[in-house]
Amino acid sequence: MVALDLFGDLMIELNINGTARSVDADPSTPLLWALRDTLKMTGTKFGCGIAQCGACTVLVDGIAVRSCQQPIEGLVGSEITTIEGASGKVAEALHAAWVEHQVPQCGYCQSGQIMSATALLTDTPKPTDADIDAAMQGNICRCATYVRIRAAIHTASEKLGAA
Amino acid sequence: MNAITTTRRGMLALCVGAGTGLVLGFRVLEAAAKDAVPAAASAEFNPFVSIDGTGKVTVIVKHLDKGQGVATGLATLVAEELNARPDQIVVEFAPSDSRYKNLLFGMQGTGGSTSMANSFDQYREAGAAARQMLTQAAAASWKVPAAEVKIEAGELRHASGKRAGLGEFAAAAGKLPVPSPVVVKKPEDWIYIGKSFPRVDVRSKSEGSVNLFAMDLHMDDMLVAVTARPPKWGAKLRGFDAAAAKAAPGVVGVIEVPQGAVVLARTTWQAIKGRELLKLDWDESGAELRSTDAIFAEYRALADKPGVTVRNTGNGAKGIEGAAKIVEATYEFPYLAHAPMEPINITILYDGKSAQFWTGSQFQGVDHGVASQVLGLPPEKIAIHTMWAGGSFGRRAIYNAHYFAEASAIAKAWGKPQPIKLVYTREDDIKGGYYRPAFLHKARVGLDKDGNILGWEHRIVGQSILKGTPFEAMAVKNGIDDTSIEGVSDMKYANAGMQVDLHTTDVKVPVLWWRSVGHTHTGYVMETMIDELATAAGIDPVEYRLRLMKDDPRKVAVLKLAAEKAGWSKPAPEGRYRGIAVHHSFGSYVAEVAEVSVKAGKIRVEKVVCAVDCGIAINPDNIAAQMEGGIGYGLGAILHDAITLKDGAVEQANFDGYKSLRITEMPVIEVHVVPSTEKPTGVGEPGLPPIGPAVANAVFKATGKRVRELPLARSGLV
Repeated sequence: MVALDLFGDLMIELNINGTARSVDADPSTPLLWALRDTLKMTGTKFGCGIAQCGACTVLVDGIAVRSCQQPIEGLVGSEITTIEGASGKVAEALHAAWVEHQVPQCGYCQSGQIMSATALLTDTPKPTDADIDAAMQGNICRCATYVRIRAAIHTASEKLGAA
Repeated sequence: MNAITTTRRGMLALCVGAGTGLVLGFRVLEAAAKDAVPAAASAEFNPFVSIDGTGKVTVIVKHLDKGQGVATGLATLVAEELNARPDQIVVEFAPSDSRYKNLLFGMQGTGGSTSMANSFDQYREAGAAARQMLTQAAAASWKVPAAEVKIEAGELRHASGKRAGLGEFAAAAGKLPVPSPVVVKKPEDWIYIGKSFPRVDVRSKSEGSVNLFAMDLHMDDMLVAVTARPPKWGAKLRGFDAAAAKAAPGVVGVIEVPQGAVVLARTTWQAIKGRELLKLDWDESGAELRSTDAIFAEYRALADKPGVTVRNTGNGAKGIEGAAKIVEATYEFPYLAHAPMEPINITILYDGKSAQFWTGSQFQGVDHGVASQVLGLPPEKIAIHTMWAGGSFGRRAIYNAHYFAEASAIAKAWGKPQPIKLVYTREDDIKGGYYRPAFLHKARVGLDKDGNILGWEHRIVGQSILKGTPFEAMAVKNGIDDTSIEGVSDMKYANAGMQVDLHTTDVKVPVLWWRSVGHTHTGYVMETMIDELATAAGIDPVEYRLRLMKDDPRKVAVLKLAAEKAGWSKPAPEGRYRGIAVHHSFGSYVAEVAEVSVKAGKIRVEKVVCAVDCGIAINPDNIAAQMEGGIGYGLGAILHDAITLKDGAVEQANFDGYKSLRITEMPVIEVHVVPSTEKPTGVGEPGLPPIGPAVANAVFKATGKRVRELPLARSGLV
């Protein structure tokens, strides 16, 4: 869980996308920066740093959280899923629906959108518009692709239901 | 007319006549000198198209794609002329190079919704030239007339049954002289234009966008820089104590540059934490110390005095005297930040003799020159690698290339040849200036008893975007910045008489174009005033506009289409109220009907029906996306946003104080594209101007209140 590196510094061991990763960063470092700068996993985006925009959304034990507010020391023993590890039926259905509806414009927020939508469809396979609003309201898209995000989540839900 | 002619073997001149007078010369690279491996042979047909031995077509994109879809748009044009399959096409951003000028700007750059407009002929001709060279090469090999060889589904074909991939003849074709004339396809033969070619970037952007954005770059030995900049504009760094910052984990240095004090660290987080430990001493003696309240008080006083005359047509404002009815209104528009999702960032690698930059560069022409100046290097020693940008909305089209200048200054001061990524935090972005300028409008209009406009007096007060910039000569005439008045000065409603004047104010807040520029406020004023006048005249607002704009058929057509699709002639559904607006900007015409509801005094925009005429609709789905985006971006601003100053310091810092539209507030949107054979015009910006006035007009229907001070939150309506 917690190990020492060659120089005797603390290394935090995290379970990311099913793989144990040793992170050579201060234990108070937010997961966002450990992912992006230490592990070079840049699919998780920096947008605001104060849990207002959702660009940094990852799943911790299946729950969508803002990685900019999660010090790595608190995540030891948790299962962390990032956009790089977003696989399986729900993620694939979402990716396909994102393509079908041509959702992204600039695309910078879309990793976070997909992660929030993954958590939503995993818990609520048949979401209403209100469910979608509640689950996705933490994810800002400055390009305002919201109409398509909503449609794509419904499409993914239908495909998953039909499968 | 554009013409491509061969000047001598291997040389191609693309002469762009009519207006621009530009002549671009470029060499067609001898394809695949290493003929030994024909499968890998690759040919660069012209600066915009190359094809490799596998038949993969690379389209070199001269514009920045910040979400508006230009990479897909340019790929569409080349694919169209080559009859290539979408899966054959890849895109690459062009280097910073004069061959890639925006033909409407005269320099390389993206903006003003000009990308497809200036490239429409150029990229089709580039694709057509490649097609003609490929069919010739195949014809020579197959010993058939070139006219009988076709490209279909990305494959060379002849009626005899002969077939070949494009890659098979790419190298040979690349050696042929460039055809003259280049013949583009006829519109009736188009297979992609008008049919929503799939976006080239959707899959990767849905899967984490690896290596697309500059913010995500990592290089060996890279440092991250964050800068402590003045808390007020015009303040100067008197001194600072960096001892604590230098001792912080990961911090490798603290340096001073003209822009402020810079912390360099191994990681972004360490740089941000290190900066918090700086003790900074600012000299505010020359700084902007006013609050926005005081600035607006000055603007209101100015609005009572005549300014510089912008327009005085017909009887000017004379008709107002003796009018049966006079409508008078004053409007206030706040400063607005762009706040693209990807905060500004730039990576520089400088070794003392040359420099490379990686960023979502929008004005490569300016960025290149500024970098060269600050670094003291000749332009040929500078390279800009344009990356996909996480939004811009105008923010990256920056006339002084300030973040290129800052990165250059940092690299020079640091002096070690290692890559440095300069990062803005969201707070740096929101507080960093380059806002849509605050504006005040005062309008006074006289009507006769039938509602006819007898005279229109209009005064505009605000900062010039372009005064004092390299673009001043282009856009500022007789002290009048066209971006302050566009949308009012050219309005066609007041034929009897109109007088417009302008006060250009002096505030130290740096200002910039923000998606649709002057039209952000002028469109709002014009289209809510027309609604007020229609109300005063007791005439339906659609009917009223139609009376006033008989000589504007394209505007009439979008207005009618939006009204029809929104069911304007029938009453709004129970509890819903409609407002309409129409505006012409960047060559395109857009009308929008907004439908709002009210609950406990708070309004909600439920639905927007949009009609757009942007000439030939190259990609209808992308046009719809840009209308949706323009509506959402504009709606967020008019509902919530204002940058305010308290004693010169910006009061907002992040998305908590400077709110963005969220999915919960996004209306249902319907977009209708008017079929057209006119040249394509812009779509990135023109969807925005009508949304504010359409909503405000609906709010009036719903509440009887005229919203003349933005955002709506200021009136407690949201």
